[in-house]
Amino acid sequence: MRSKPRILIVDDELIIRESLTDWLMESGYEAQAVEDGQKAVEQVKQAEWDLLLVDLKMQGMNGIEVMQRVKQINKDLPVVIITGYPTVDTAVQAMKEGAYDYIVKPFNPEEIDLVIRNVVAHQKLVKENVYLRQELKRRYQFRDIVGKSRKMQELLVLLKTVAKSNSTVLIQGESGTGKELIARAIHDTSPRHKGPFVAVSCAALPETLLESELFGHVKGAFTGAVSARKGKFELADTGTLFLDEVGDTSPKTQAGLLRVLEEREFTRIGGSEATKVDVRVISATNKDLEQLVSRGQFRDDLLYRLNVVTITVPPLRERPEDIPLLAEHFLTKYSIENKKDIESFAAEALDLLMRYEWPGNVRELENVVERAVVVAMTSVIAPAELPDIVTGESAPVKRAAPEAEGHELPLREVEKRHIMRVLHAVSWNVKEAATKLGIDRTTLYNRLKKHGIQRPKP
Amino acid sequence: MPDSALVDSILVLPFGDFPEAVSYFVAGKVEERFGRAAHVLEPVALPEETFVPARSQYSSTLLLRYILARIPKTESSVIGLTDVDLCTPVLAFVFGQAQLGGRAAVVSTHRLHQEYYGLPHNDAVLLERLGKEVVHELGHTCGMVHCQERRCVMYFSNSIREVDAKQDTFCPPCARLASATL
Repeated sequence: MRSKPRILIVDDELIIRESLTDWLMESGYEAQAVEDGQKAVEQVKQAEWDLLLVDLKMQGMNGIEVMQRVKQINKDLPVVIITGYPTVDTAVQAMKEGAYDYIVKPFNPEEIDLVIRNVVAHQKLVKENVYLRQELKRRYQFRDIVGKSRKMQELLVLLKTVAKSNSTVLIQGESGTGKELIARAIHDTSPRHKGPFVAVSCAALPETLLESELFGHVKGAFTGAVSARKGKFELADTGTLFLDEVGDTSPKTQAGLLRVLEEREFTRIGGSEATKVDVRVISATNKDLEQLVSRGQFRDDLLYRLNVVTITVPPLRERPEDIPLLAEHFLTKYSIENKKDIESFAAEALDLLMRYEWPGNVRELENVVERAVVVAMTSVIAPAELPDIVTGESAPVKRAAPEAEGHELPLREVEKRHIMRVLHAVSWNVKEAATKLGIDRTTLYNRLKKHGIQRPKP
Repeated sequence: MPDSALVDSILVLPFGDFPEAVSYFVAGKVEERFGRAAHVLEPVALPEETFVPARSQYSSTLLLRYILARIPKTESSVIGLTDVDLCTPVLAFVFGQAQLGGRAAVVSTHRLHQEYYGLPHNDAVLLERLGKEVVHELGHTCGMVHCQERRCVMYFSNSIREVDAKQDTFCPPCARLASATL
């Protein structure tokens, strides 16, 4: 904060402006006065102020309207409404509209002095808070990746180094750990950032479609190929191609990928001419590719091409110290998105977030915080606004849960909780949950019925 | 006026029937604290236009304007003295007022009297308080602003308790500032 707090006076009476300015300057403040709301708005746009003293009754814009306008420009700027004609209604309205205080002219010197001192002290705290938040962000955030844990700090250092290079990168980590976010951060801070970032989920498409998606096809290459189409490799030319779930690709697709990585060229399906591309490949997987290689399900030569640099993203349960930072990050994000003024988590709510295991990792935490922001009725997120699975009402998947320490759970209960955890991690996508559990969908539906598990209401 | 002997001195201007002895006390205090000669001027009637009927008080702002208009532009500073209750357009009352970095100041004894607070008359207390307020207001004419040090004469006194709590001297940083200005 500057050495002298700056106060802007808005009053349409010259003698009040002069008198108040003189008194404030005698008191060691930097004071300036304007005669109407429009000029006040201009001043707030042009310069930084610590306090606005605004007369309630003025020609044109009244004090409340001036306050509303300046709050649109700087919502943290404290406004004190001053009036020579006090009524309870105007006082209530001023405070409801966000006035810091409401004082009556002529002021008791003790009162105005105290109000200004309080505002200045409050502003100092607000500015310190903003500074500390920025500092926190600077130290613990890289693009949208947040983490102060040792593991994440090491990862951020590696990311910044990798971003500068042109190397192929393999990102390993469980579902929901933010692998695509990391790929985007590498692209956005790399020399290729002006080129496109193209993402493909290799698990989402059957083999033939994936090949067509990656390499494109010529007209008539297969039934339904009514026109030629560019593949993702061509679309990503001069930029970055992100291959998600690369461990789920078929041997044929793996061969095609290997060719592009080795020769920097490919052929459209049904075509005969090779096309040269300049693409950086970043791939990601939640599978152990070494293990897939040993089982013969993944080409070792492709793995060596993909993992020039390997980045391993730790699951959230291995870095609980990042939970408050991430929760706050998502709280700010979704408060803005939902136009809500939510400031923080209640201590009990934060404690619950810290104790939960987060099988769905950061994505699950993000979903939980988004939901809490949407349903929150006050500016503080309470435990009641967290889903049952986090509060332990439906499936206590917690670190150091008492029953886990002292009692052995019946097999039936273990099964129920495991199913609940997997379902929650995949946001109740039954097909995905069934795949993860290694059973078919019908079996999963039967188990849900058996355990009385119902999809939670949104 | 202007009288060359008065240039660079501080003028004491009593209003109405302000006690002469108190004016000379003020002159002595000014010389002691500011190291400049002080001259007591002939008393003048309190200008009626400075009265604010709605508040039954006198406007210190208007009184300052009157002083500035009456005293020609010299290098002298002027301290007006009155026993009427003073206010400004924004403050319910003031013990005094000054032009920051200017030439004129005014102090009222109205709220410095023990009687104002229902206590028996006490000349010593009144003079002590008056001395502090005069030095404070003249400090403003030297460009000095309020000090955060409660014992410093430049501390802003909202109430008589705070006037009594401070001294009639400058704290070391304010003293350095005052000597640089004077």
